[in-house]
Amino acid sequence: MFYREAGDFKTSYVDDSQTFPIAFDRYRYYFVLVIAFGIIPFIINDYWANAVMVPFLIYAIAAIGLNILTGYCGQVSLGTGGFMAVGGYACYKLMTAFPDVSIMVHLLLAGFITAGVGVLFGLPSLRIKGFYLAVATLAAQFFLVWLFNKVPWFYNYSASGQISAPERFVFGVPVTGPNVEAWAKYMVCLVFVTFCAWLARNLTRGTIGRSWMAIRDMDIAAEIIGVNPLKAKLTAFAVSSFFIGIAGALLFAVYLGAVEVGEVYGINKSFLVLFMIIIGGLGSIFGAFAGAAFMVLLPVALKNILVGGLGWDTALATHFEFVIVGALIVLFLIAEPHGLAQLWKLAKEKLRLWPFPH
Amino acid sequence: MKKRLASMAVAAVMAASPVLADLVFPSLSYRTGPYAAGGIPFADGYADYFTLLNERDGGIGGVMTRVLECETGYNTEKGVECYEATKGEGSLVYQPLSTGITYQLIPKVEADGIPLHTMGYGRTSAANGKVFNNVFNYPANYWDGASIAIKHLLEENGGDLSGKKISLVYHNSAYGKEPIRTLEELSGKHGYELTTIAVDHPGQEQKSQWLQIRRERPDYVIMWGWGVMNQVAIQEAANIRFPMENFIGVWWSGSENDVLPAGDGANGYKSLAMHNVGSDFPIYDDLKTYVLDTGKAAGAGDQVGTVLYNRGFYAAMLAAEAVKKAQEIHGEADITPAMMRDGMAALEITEALMEELGMPNFGPAFAVSCENHGGSGQGKIQQWDATAKEWNIISDWIDSDKDVIQPLIMADSEAFAAENNITPACADS
Repeated sequence: MFYREAGDFKTSYVDDSQTFPIAFDRYRYYFVLVIAFGIIPFIINDYWANAVMVPFLIYAIAAIGLNILTGYCGQVSLGTGGFMAVGGYACYKLMTAFPDVSIMVHLLLAGFITAGVGVLFGLPSLRIKGFYLAVATLAAQFFLVWLFNKVPWFYNYSASGQISAPERFVFGVPVTGPNVEAWAKYMVCLVFVTFCAWLARNLTRGTIGRSWMAIRDMDIAAEIIGVNPLKAKLTAFAVSSFFIGIAGALLFAVYLGAVEVGEVYGINKSFLVLFMIIIGGLGSIFGAFAGAAFMVLLPVALKNILVGGLGWDTALATHFEFVIVGALIVLFLIAEPHGLAQLWKLAKEKLRLWPFPH
Repeated sequence: MKKRLASMAVAAVMAASPVLADLVFPSLSYRTGPYAAGGIPFADGYADYFTLLNERDGGIGGVMTRVLECETGYNTEKGVECYEATKGEGSLVYQPLSTGITYQLIPKVEADGIPLHTMGYGRTSAANGKVFNNVFNYPANYWDGASIAIKHLLEENGGDLSGKKISLVYHNSAYGKEPIRTLEELSGKHGYELTTIAVDHPGQEQKSQWLQIRRERPDYVIMWGWGVMNQVAIQEAANIRFPMENFIGVWWSGSENDVLPAGDGANGYKSLAMHNVGSDFPIYDDLKTYVLDTGKAAGAGDQVGTVLYNRGFYAAMLAAEAVKKAQEIHGEADITPAMMRDGMAALEITEALMEELGMPNFGPAFAVSCENHGGSGQGKIQQWDATAKEWNIISDWIDSDKDVIQPLIMADSEAFAAENNITPACADS
């Protein structure tokens, strides 16, 4: 009915190859952007920013990053937490070493540093695949966490080994440190999410993205048709780590403010982000957002319903949270093994035929 | 100064503001996860004390108390969520029982003006109240603890530790790393040799660490552990037949949960204590009458009298006394967090006061001031008796070595002040 290509004529190549070729999709995208930039910052409060929106946006960046590596290029990685730690610590070292440089630059640089580290740990992927690669990246996870715990230079020799973000400003508004307003926090993350999602979406549509997918679908065939596996795999590691590094830096500087590497960037983070992309859908930018929303929002929502709404005992509620979230993950994956992104795709398919399904 | 862009809250969660006047004590507890064994008794003790005050005295100064429990699972991200969820309810003082969450909350409470009390944990240099206006860590902190342990060893060795080997087994986190600097300073002063051995979270696997101890044969082992790490360490120490009386844990490594699994092997294990043990205090009779027998106890109600229950109880007592002090200073019964801060900064715990509360000699007598948020810094030594299954206090209050600790506190807090552009000054009440 209203969601269809028919009648939407394209008169130029630019129009023809745009990200959202269907008008309804395009308007929905603009609508989301208007709400996110124009409305939410004005109504957001501390609780919504700190418990819901900021973690959701940060994990969405991390999930986009891992999705590029695992979903688009087919390289399984369990090193996400370690790479996030690289981003966080890089950001901390840059913030304290160059206090006069803008934090936005530091966040980007943290991404680039992580990209370098990612390429380094991506080298084994040229020889090993599948589960073996997962184990190699797992080693990266443990090595990086150990490194940041062991070498005092990374935490500026503080007595506790904690790093804490000093106050930094963007256009005179504090975005890190104690006096950050909820909207400022939210806006920084939103700007980065928008930038990352836009970048990822366009990368995956272009030459690089196609070579990643060729490697994912069948690496030998890809090599035969002329895809350079070295270039494809290492760019996937670099781009993926870039996003993950930014996510790690935001997690430290903007969201938490103080970080202890073993606890915040531990193996649990790697699994959390991996679950996000599996539940959201591999090889889909929308899936990264859906997965991040599912894993971040559901526990908070359940907690508010069980403890705040029904007045349950906190321990019982927490245990039930595990049960419910776990059961929902299993149910979702049985109902739709390709994740929430596939459900969304099916819904769009249905919309296209509506009201005359066959 | 601060631009308020947000005027309306869509959040239904936050919409309900308290109508009734009450004193809100958020309890950022952890009844789940690898540290639950320590979190449950503390949370029970904390809640039970306030229930007792409500039932017996009708609250504090005529205003009822309300404990807002929020589960953190010892996880810093959930801790932040809990803080944000509860701070709007008029929360008076936060006690997260986690050094990681404490570091997280320090900048937030300074910005929001809500006091944070980290009793025997958290950031040690918060004892300098001129830099950390809203953070308190009386009656004692980690560096006091390290010094007390060394003092005890000095006493055992006739005042001389030169040439002795001491190993520190620590939780590889902000919490476990805290005492290292103090122990290093003290090793320079007393001439012992210090080795540090890290145990990663959660600490279920410590074979290699104890193998190293077995090889190096230290004269003494000091432990900074929490949760399951404690039990495993004590079991491993028993396995390598390390003499238990030479093994000293911090006050977070000295509860029943930690020693019971090792059975007789744990006999003689020592730990620090910041308060007395057991339930042999008059207030426990009231607790039985008003809380336990009426079925109002928090949790399963089976933790009464354990070390960590007493600690939660003690933390609640200190908070309640600070409320009384604040009510006295400001002449208002329904106090705000800012008033609570003033009450905490002027808190004075005397022998007579503890006697009056039915907790004679429960903790040290101390006074808090603007310059010193750290209290007296005293501690005792307790020892486990595996046959009677009870802790026995074996020393009197031991003073920590302030000559060493105070300069460290000043240096660390001033570094923090410089990093964050804070001009050290007392908060105006």
